[in-house]
Amino acid sequence: MSSGALSNSKPETGSFFQRDLGWHPPAFTPEYKTSVLRSPQKALISLDNTLSELTGPVFGHNILGEKDNDLIHNFAQPGESAIGPRIIVYGRVLDERGRGVDGALLEFWQANAGGRYRHKKEGYIAPLDPNFGGCGRTITDEEGNYSLRTILPGPYPWPNRVNDWRPAHIHFSIFGHGFAQRLITQMYFEGDPLIWKCPIVDTIPGREAIEGLVAALDMEATLPMDARAYKFDIVLRGRRSTMFENRLEGN
Amino acid sequence: MVQSLGRLKESASQTAGPYVHIGLSPNFAEIAGVYDADLGISMVNDKTRGERITVTGQVIDGSGTPLKDAMVEVWQADADGLYNSPAEMRGSADANFSGWGRSPTNMQDGEFRFETIKPGRVPFRDGRLMAPHISFWIVARGINLGLSTRMYFADEEAANAEDPVLARIEHRVRVPTLLAPRDGNGYRFDIHLQGDKETVFFDI
Repeated sequence: MSSGALSNSKPETGSFFQRDLGWHPPAFTPEYKTSVLRSPQKALISLDNTLSELTGPVFGHNILGEKDNDLIHNFAQPGESAIGPRIIVYGRVLDERGRGVDGALLEFWQANAGGRYRHKKEGYIAPLDPNFGGCGRTITDEEGNYSLRTILPGPYPWPNRVNDWRPAHIHFSIFGHGFAQRLITQMYFEGDPLIWKCPIVDTIPGREAIEGLVAALDMEATLPMDARAYKFDIVLRGRRSTMFENRLEGN
Repeated sequence: MVQSLGRLKESASQTAGPYVHIGLSPNFAEIAGVYDADLGISMVNDKTRGERITVTGQVIDGSGTPLKDAMVEVWQADADGLYNSPAEMRGSADANFSGWGRSPTNMQDGEFRFETIKPGRVPFRDGRLMAPHISFWIVARGINLGLSTRMYFADEEAANAEDPVLARIEHRVRVPTLLAPRDGNGYRFDIHLQGDKETVFFDI
């Protein structure tokens, strides 16, 4: 962990914008059955950010290995590569003000091309790929840009109703600059008809919020004769400017 | 019509799903060789200042069953009440303390575990000191938006009594859900997602 090495700009210390809980999925979504016993039922206590929420860990680029953002090769035997349609996923991490978020740690995980995860609790009949682990990470540059290379994950059936299928997706975990920006979401792929049949996607109340998770095919960013490209921007909470903020006592 | 504020909407949250351990603690999930070590498994080293403590607990669903597929993260100040963060403007935190930890709940009994130090006190927005506390963030299959809560120390009675965040909890009967009792060399903090003992969660 390092501090201050990522940017010459002064760190921001304003409060984060109030989270729009009507935009996010509610906790209790019975069509996604696992949420029923795992959803808090009492009202959340609202807490204007203190230093405990305004601050957050920052990760230096020195934690990254050379292949960390290359899922085609980071688990493969030397000279081998993962099976499946080769893709690049790229985009920016922005905040709600449209500013790029530098130094944001992104961690991602996904099923293999057959829709199978490398996990001992996973029972789907599709085979493991011996050259695919399914995890990776990267850190955004000074403008908030990131990219990764992987294979297109397969859709897969999951135990909810008797015939529910997940659309192809990549899980993303994101750190911004404050712990209150912490977010986990999923990226979907343009044109996948399963997006609109999935009870987990459907936990999100509005179509616009769902569409914000669907990556666009970008033919201009493809590597010809190698990999297609999908663009996936991620938006974290914005924060208030400190132009006329009340001065905190003791600071 | 008026000018557009030009703001974006935060990306909608989605559940971390059943395989969050693959992504956030691959070595724990037996995916070896991708990273040298899982992030967040070590918060302290030999030089870290402060009282060493262990924090353990379970995340328990509405049927009383501990979650074995959850991921718990903590964020806390150092022994002097400073955060190891660029946004910490009051001074430099202990360079030997990361302040951030991550623990999967294990597949045997669903326990999470952090080897850390007891944090110092941090000022509230108005300068009053908050009681020592550790911020928690919990994600798992079936949790649609990560849950935020705080662990306080049950044996800090005087500090807890004047803590401005605990004071905000209208239903006083719920305050003990945030107070971790001493348990040997550490503290025990069980997180109840539902029921009579439902933990207080915050909209931060």
